[in-house]
Amino acid sequence: MSAKTRSRPAKPQAHIFAALGDETRLSLVNRLSSGQAHSIARLTEGSKLTRQAITKHLRVLQDVGIVRGVRAGRESLFELDPQPIREIRDYLNLVSEEWDQALARLKAFVESKRF
Amino acid sequence: MTDRIEKRIELKAPISRVWQALTDYREFGEWFRVKLDGPFAPGQASSGHITYPGYEHVRWEAVIQAMEPERLLSFTWHPYAVDPKTDYSQESPTLVEFRLEKTSNGTLLVVTESGFDKVPANRRPEAFRMNEGGWAEQMTNIESYVRQNP
Repeated sequence: MSAKTRSRPAKPQAHIFAALGDETRLSLVNRLSSGQAHSIARLTEGSKLTRQAITKHLRVLQDVGIVRGVRAGRESLFELDPQPIREIRDYLNLVSEEWDQALARLKAFVESKRF
Repeated sequence: MTDRIEKRIELKAPISRVWQALTDYREFGEWFRVKLDGPFAPGQASSGHITYPGYEHVRWEAVIQAMEPERLLSFTWHPYAVDPKTDYSQESPTLVEFRLEKTSNGTLLVVTESGFDKVPANRRPEAFRMNEGGWAEQMTNIESYVRQNP
């Protein structure tokens, strides 16, 4: 384990994972992933959900910083902030790296040691 | 990308040897680099500290969940809870599972760590409870998005 991976925080990103743990919210993230900002009306198009339901989901994404509101004249739009998603990807990469290192040590341990 | 990490590794050692390296607290400590205070027992907390130089102040805190001889060892933990100012007991722990399978050459070990999306109930907004699930599959979409937008 490197010093870097040891400073792994105790899941500060749990909220982000949880916010993404929903199909509607994931599809909203996908719609916004072009980088373009959309209005609620636009995001509700083609969905079986009501505008109110979509608004509620957008608010969850907004609370964890995945989505932010922007204004275009009188219109209120939503756009994606890719940073939190990048953070959870980096976090999982660290966890993965930690396990690779620990298991390499286990392998050396059980394959070499006399017992 | 999913909400779980899975690792598979082939070990050229008999399953009984691997089981011992996983469940004997001194042997576990040797390869995991942790000095444990005492033996593992299902349902019991396990405590100790990291032995890696410079990180001896880092505590090891886990709760052993299952110990099925030569099949399954699992525990929940707060990995690398390094910040003394943070009360990690308020965070939901992740679950680590070690599954063993006998192979012709030795032992197949499958390790999973899951539960990264668990948020303590008191911090969970109402809307989190709506339509949970299905996220692992869809994370690939986001993964490809993030890859294209570094």
